[in-house]
Amino acid sequence: MTYRPAADGTHPPLLSPGYRSTALRAPSHAPVVLPQGLTELAGPALAGPSGPSDHDLTRQHAGEPIGQRIIVFGRVLDSDGRAVPDSLVEIWQANAAGRYAHARDDWPAPLDPNFTGGGRVVTGSDGSYSFTTIKPGAYPWGNHHNAWRPAHIHLSLFGRAFTQRLVTQMYFPDDPLFAQDPIFGSVPDEKARMRMVSTFDLDATRADWALAYRFDVVLRGRDQTPFEEPHE
Amino acid sequence: MSETPSQTVGPFLSIGLTWPDGHLVVPAGSPGAVRISGTLYDGAGEPVPDGLIETWQADAEGRFDDPLFGFGRASTRPDGSWEVVTVKPGATGDGQAPHVDVSVFARGLLDRVVTRIYFPDEAAANAADPVLSALPPDRAATLVATDAGPGELRFDIRLRGEGETVFFVI
Repeated sequence: MTYRPAADGTHPPLLSPGYRSTALRAPSHAPVVLPQGLTELAGPALAGPSGPSDHDLTRQHAGEPIGQRIIVFGRVLDSDGRAVPDSLVEIWQANAAGRYAHARDDWPAPLDPNFTGGGRVVTGSDGSYSFTTIKPGAYPWGNHHNAWRPAHIHLSLFGRAFTQRLVTQMYFPDDPLFAQDPIFGSVPDEKARMRMVSTFDLDATRADWALAYRFDVVLRGRDQTPFEEPHE
Repeated sequence: MSETPSQTVGPFLSIGLTWPDGHLVVPAGSPGAVRISGTLYDGAGEPVPDGLIETWQADAEGRFDDPLFGFGRASTRPDGSWEVVTVKPGATGDGQAPHVDVSVFARGLLDRVVTRIYFPDEAAANAADPVLSALPPDRAATLVATDAGPGELRFDIRLRGEGETVFFVI
């Protein structure tokens, strides 16, 4: 059994000159192919240092955070459509004004004393997860002239094996900032890029309380025997 | 179904990813505990202060029976340094020398990079290891930790340029 590589164009090249920070951090040697052995096929089963409010970022402080309350939910699946249960999902994000609760974020938008922006949840038996949070704001970041990050939430997922480890970002539908953002644009294939955009889900909104965005995350699937990936 | 793409952790990963005790795979002072420490460097030789190192390994007998054992997570400090306290994994019985798998995340890395830590007191097993032995010696040397005293190993990671660590596609 092995985990299949992603189709070409799914993941960004490490060296992506539009995103300037890659210039000194992308390896110059081509990566060496590592056969998948026991270490790669096993994976940690983690709960993390989780607490009762980890899935609800609006209830981690004494007061309500400022901003539009949203539910971010979906399923974690592999590319064969199988659910990934009992797996830790971690998120982090800026507040409604586009500022991170971090000493090194010097963008002069207001900090929110009632919002830290970190969350954790473990997927259910069907791979489902749900967070309640605040819609993050866009922010400028100095990568190029008039550079603004589209609103996004960072997600970290473990999957079932070391091979399935993934960190990604969830974006919001119809963001006008996509076209100028080199991090979103680093994903070569347009269809793959659009898989990072969540879907507004009216049926999942909670009346008089929160809007809802669906975001399913798909991790690598498995082959029973290693062979060449057929062309898609 | 098609996979979700990878994206950078950005500079503020500590809001969501760091755990106070994540670097303790075993409690410090446990029998056989070894502290692996190092610095994450960029291609200009500068330390990376906003990186995250994750480790994953077999137990001391080379087994993965307990999925709650074997994971370590350490943020890099302002000087780029990090450390994990663990035990040396046993051989996994498939011809590979004892090793720890490593993921490196950082601002500026659009996908994690994956490397391995091998152990300096396993010369014979390392020489027979199919991964290490297929590499040029100077490249293979970037994957072997160095002895730094009793219970102490050093493993620096260089993302790019001179002495660049070997990274894997898995």
